[in-house]
Amino acid sequence: MRRLAAWLHRRPRTRLGLLLAGPIAWLVVIYLGSLAILFLNAFLSRDAFSGATVYQPTLDNFARLLEDPYPGITIRTLGMAAVVTLTCAVLALPIAFFMARVASPRLRNTMVVAVIVPLWASYLIKVYSWRLILAEEGILNEVLGAVGLRGPGFGDVAVWLVFTYLWLPYMILPVYAGLDRIPDSLLEASADLGGRSWMTFRRVVLPLVLPAVVAGSIFTFSLTLGDYIAPAQVSTTIFIGNAIYAQFGAGNLPLAAALSLVPLGIVVLYLLVARRLGAFEAL
Amino acid sequence: MSIGRRTRLALGIVTVAILVFIYLPIGLIVVYSFNSGTTPAWPPVGFTLDWWALAVRNSGLQQAFLTSIVAALCATAIALVLGTLASIAVARHRFFGRESISFVVVLPIALPGIVTGMALSTTFAQVGFPLGFFAIVVGHATFCIVIVYNNAIARLRRVSGSFEEAAADLGADQWLTFRTITLPALRSAIVAGALLAFALSFDEVIVTIFTAGGVKTLPIWIFQSFRLANQLPLVNVAGVVAILLSVVPVYLATRLSSSVVGART
Repeated sequence: MRRLAAWLHRRPRTRLGLLLAGPIAWLVVIYLGSLAILFLNAFLSRDAFSGATVYQPTLDNFARLLEDPYPGITIRTLGMAAVVTLTCAVLALPIAFFMARVASPRLRNTMVVAVIVPLWASYLIKVYSWRLILAEEGILNEVLGAVGLRGPGFGDVAVWLVFTYLWLPYMILPVYAGLDRIPDSLLEASADLGGRSWMTFRRVVLPLVLPAVVAGSIFTFSLTLGDYIAPAQVSTTIFIGNAIYAQFGAGNLPLAAALSLVPLGIVVLYLLVARRLGAFEAL
Repeated sequence: MSIGRRTRLALGIVTVAILVFIYLPIGLIVVYSFNSGTTPAWPPVGFTLDWWALAVRNSGLQQAFLTSIVAALCATAIALVLGTLASIAVARHRFFGRESISFVVVLPIALPGIVTGMALSTTFAQVGFPLGFFAIVVGHATFCIVIVYNNAIARLRRVSGSFEEAAADLGADQWLTFRTITLPALRSAIVAGALLAFALSFDEVIVTIFTAGGVKTLPIWIFQSFRLANQLPLVNVAGVVAILLSVVPVYLATRLSSSVVGART
């Protein structure tokens, strides 16, 4: 061991090579290699009769993306991702503000843990719980029924609620961190110059916390784009994820692969915009 | 900013409401797992321990639970080694392509699970690697690497490399330096990373669906039970167990490391 260590000390390149060999082999060969194989499939096609893959390069799958129903599905998914992101931001701001600016340091730490922990709790069970809540004779209709109202039941509103519920902690945490970083002196200066609470919030706090909101939106937006389990549990609406899964399940891997480039492309574009807005520094 | 009393009160009320919104659905599962009724009807009909007793004796559920634990342990072990190695390479060495390493490490968790799942299952089919337990472990390890890596690299950036240089100047060889300087500095961060990786793997469902073949992990068992009406009371019990087994490691990790916050993407 000693001699090996001394030998390695004189060869930093070998040392580096040994450190990186495992991770690179795993991530580049297995993972990137798999992705490459998937995307090569997007350029193949499937024989309509035998169902076998035809090894003849084609752009047909990409042309299919522009045909019904896919543009509608894409727009619907984007709309859902936008609404979910907006709702998460609106809900995250007050609680994050309370954590960063009102709560005592002790309460603050407890609350950070209280927001982190449910974020990791079983994803499937959180989705399933909403099926119980939204069921016809479930708790929501029971409680709202007492005041003569009804819950939304299953459908698009349910999808919106479930996504908002699932991704909210991903928005709260960066927004909290962003608010926590704003120096007190800026807020005092605003107050000294006559800015009332609301004015200070709108003109000083909000612009400063925007990159953190964008950072949170990376999660809420891209997680909504790729999910296919949650919508299928509380609605019959087809989103991009469902469309990909349906094609994969039907054995049309080439079309599924081409379709999966849609959320991928959108996420990459979104990341580029987010970087321009300074979101990466706020992560 | 001086925050008025009314504003504080309003903020407090909204905050409590949001926390209730976050915790209510989780608490509801616990309540339903003791509900003697078998439908989602509210309020619960009565209290029973029958579902828990049934769940403990259900061999399919037991098997799924065990598979999940073993798969999560294997994936965590692989992620622990690869994530730590990669973090030391990136934090302590300069080399061409260093930036792309961080990028490749994050990719499996940044891309939608369905993309990762399809890519792995397609490739496994192409190269003749059978779907099943080992395929699950490979998939899970791939997206768990980033969790360990993020925790370890955050720690390495805070601990100056000059301690390692000092050890080397004092005659310690690479191995001694690693054992007595680097590893102790990293220990709590990689333990936190491992706990989070375990929680993530234990809970993962999408990539697992694509790689499992016929093997059932706990989330797969839960997912398939959604369609079996007579199995639903057991889903509540399995759910409570699943929540505990991801929440407890995460809670412990928050005690060990401050960089838990953004670890899961």
